[in-house]
Amino acid sequence: MSQDHWNFLFIGLSFALYIGIAVKQRAGSTSEYYTAGGGVSPFANGMATAADWMSAATFISMAGSLAIGGYDGSRFLMGWTGGFVLLTVLMVPFLRKFGKATVPDFVGDRYYSKAARFVAVICAIFICLTYIMGQMNGVGIVFSQLFGVTTTTGVIVGATIVFFYAGLGGMKGITYTQVAQYCVMAFAYTIPAIFIAIALTNNFIPQLGFIGEFTDGEKAVPFLEKLNTINTDLGFAKYTDGSLSKIDMFCITAALMCGTAGLPHVIVRFFTVKNVKAVRKSACWTLTFIAVIYLTAPTIGAFSRVNLITNLNDQTYKETPQWFKDFENTGQMAWVDKNEDGKIQYWGKGKSKSGKSGNVFEEKKPTFKDDAKGASGERVLTNVIDSDSPNELWFGNDVMVMANPHMGGLPKWAIALLMAGCIAAALSTAAGLLLVLSTSISHDLMKKIINPDLTDKQEVKYARFAALGALLVAVYFGINPPSSFVAKTVAFAFGLAASSFFPTLLMGIFSRRMNKEGAIAGMVAGIGFTMSYIIYFQFLGGTKEQHFFGISPEGIGFLGMLINFTVAALVAAFTPPPPKEVTDLIDNVRFPGGDDTAASDH
Amino acid sequence: MAKTTAAKGRYWKAHLKCVGVLLSIWFVTSFGCGILLRDWLDQSFPSVGSAPFGFWMAQQGSIISFVLILIGYAFWMARIEDNLEHDEEDSK
Repeated sequence: MSQDHWNFLFIGLSFALYIGIAVKQRAGSTSEYYTAGGGVSPFANGMATAADWMSAATFISMAGSLAIGGYDGSRFLMGWTGGFVLLTVLMVPFLRKFGKATVPDFVGDRYYSKAARFVAVICAIFICLTYIMGQMNGVGIVFSQLFGVTTTTGVIVGATIVFFYAGLGGMKGITYTQVAQYCVMAFAYTIPAIFIAIALTNNFIPQLGFIGEFTDGEKAVPFLEKLNTINTDLGFAKYTDGSLSKIDMFCITAALMCGTAGLPHVIVRFFTVKNVKAVRKSACWTLTFIAVIYLTAPTIGAFSRVNLITNLNDQTYKETPQWFKDFENTGQMAWVDKNEDGKIQYWGKGKSKSGKSGNVFEEKKPTFKDDAKGASGERVLTNVIDSDSPNELWFGNDVMVMANPHMGGLPKWAIALLMAGCIAAALSTAAGLLLVLSTSISHDLMKKIINPDLTDKQEVKYARFAALGALLVAVYFGINPPSSFVAKTVAFAFGLAASSFFPTLLMGIFSRRMNKEGAIAGMVAGIGFTMSYIIYFQFLGGTKEQHFFGISPEGIGFLGMLINFTVAALVAAFTPPPPKEVTDLIDNVRFPGGDDTAASDH
Repeated sequence: MAKTTAAKGRYWKAHLKCVGVLLSIWFVTSFGCGILLRDWLDQSFPSVGSAPFGFWMAQQGSIISFVLILIGYAFWMARIEDNLEHDEEDSK
C-alpha cells in the first residue's frame, strides 16, 4: 500500500468514528447542548478536556518551537501545563458549584449587571475567535501536506467537518468524540517518538533517552551534550541555553498560565461532570493525560533537530531525501543556495557577519516564483535574501512534527497515524471553541441580553446559526493568519484571556468587596491595553526596541492582568460595595455540597 | 445542608491554606526552578541523567510536579470536606 492509501485509510476511519459518535450522541435539549446534561464521568471528561485543550498548535508546532528554541521553548511546556494547576485550584470547583452553563453567566450574576455580562461575552467571543484561527490554519496545513491541495482548500474542508459534528452534536456529541480524539492523538504523538528514541538513544522510553546517551554515532555521548555540540558547531546557541531574557520568559510563561486558567472553553468542560468532587478528580485525569503528550514533546523536539541536521545539513540538494522536496513543494521548507555550492547549509547567528541574525531572507515566509527551478532543481524564491547571514535553509515550526517520522524512516502506517492525530488535535479544539462561541452568542447575548423570551428550541437553533457564522470568520483568518506561526496566533488568545477573564473570575470568587464598577473597569482596561499592544506590534509595525521592559507581545497579557487587578481594586474602593444577594452568592459558591445537577435553570 | 457560620469559616480557612501551600510549590517548581534560578541550578545542582537540573525542571520536572500537585489537591480537599462533616455533627 502506498502512503496515500494509508493516509486515506486512517483519516477516513477516524472521521467515520467521530461523525458516528456525534450522530449517536446528538444533543436534544439546551442542557445537553451546553453541558452534556451534567453526567459525564470524571475519567471521560478528563480525556475529553485533554483533547479539547491540546490544540493543533500544541500538537503540530510545539515540538518545532522546542527544536528551534531549545530551552526557550520551555515557556510553552510550563505555561500550558502550569496554567492547569491555577485553573483547578482557583477556578473550576467554584464555577462548577455556581452551576450555570457559561462563564459570562457567572460574570453577569456575580457582578449583577448586564454591562458586565456583555463585556464578558465580547471577551469570550474575541478569545475563542483568535484561538480558533490557529486551529483552522493547523487543519489547513495538515490537509495541504496530505493531499497536495492548497491551505485554503484544506481549511474549508476542515471547517465543514467541524461544523457538521460540533453544530449537530453540541457538548454531548463533542465530549465523546473528544475522548476518541484523545486516544488517536496520544498514539500518534508517542509512537513516532518511541521509534526515534530507539534509533538515536537505544532506549524505548523517549523521556529517558532524552536525558540518556546518544548511541547512533561511533561512541556513546550524553544526548544533550551531542545536541549542544551540533548547535554550537553550526553557530547556534547551546540547546540547553536560551536566548530570551529572563523577564520576557517569565512574562510569557505567566501569561500562558493565567490565560489557560481563563479560557472559557476549558472551564465549561468541567460543567459536564456531576459535582465539585468529580471536578477535582477529573482535573487530575486531565493533567495526567496532558502530561503524556507534554513530557514527550521536548524529546521529539530534540530528537528531530538532530535528525534534521544530519539529514539535510551539508548535503547536496540532489541527494536530499524525497520528503524535503515534498515539504518544499508545499512551501513549508525552502532553500536558497547563497554560496552556490549546491549544498544545503543550515547555520545559526554565530556564522553571520554581524552575528545578529540567522535569517535566510527578510520576510517571515518564503514566496516562490511559480514553477521556476534553480541550478540544483530547487524552487526559486522571490524573497529579499539576507546576505549578511549565510544560513540557506528555512523551515516552519510545523515541519518538525510532520517531518519527524520521515526523518526517522518510520513505517507508512505510523506516518498516516500521525496525520490523523494532527487532524484530531485541531478538530477537537476547534469543536470546543465553536461550542463556546455559539453558546456565548445564543445564550448570553440573545437570550440573556437581547430577548429573554426565547424558547429552548429557538436557543439551540440560534446556537447552530452562530456556530456557522463564527466558523466563517475563523476560516477567513485561518487562510490569512495575522501571524506566521500557529503557536503564536494561539499565544495571543492566551494573552487576552489572561488580561480579562482570569482576574475578573478570581476577584469574583476570592473578594467579597469587588463590585461591578471595579470588574468592568478592570476588564476594559486589561483587555484594552493587551489588545492595543498586540495590534501595535503585529500590524502597525512596532519594533523590538519599543517593547515595554523588553516584554514581547506574547507575554504582555501578564502585564495586562496586573493592570486589570489594579484598576479594578482602585475603582472598587471608590464605589459602593456589592449588594447582599451577591455576597450570599459568593458564600454559596465557596462552600461545597448542595445541588448535584448542572445547568438546571436555563 | 445548613452548616454553622463558624464551621463554614473554618472550612474556608483550611481551604485557603491548602490552595496557598500548593500554589507555593507550583511557583517554586515552575517559575523558581525553571526560570528564575535556572542558571544557578544548572551550575550547582547534580544533573538529571545528562540534563542540567534547571533545564530538566523546565522541560520535564515542572510538569511532573504539576500532576502531583493536583493529586495532592484532590486528597487534601477530600479530607477537609470530611472534617467539615464531623464539624457539623459536633455542633448539633
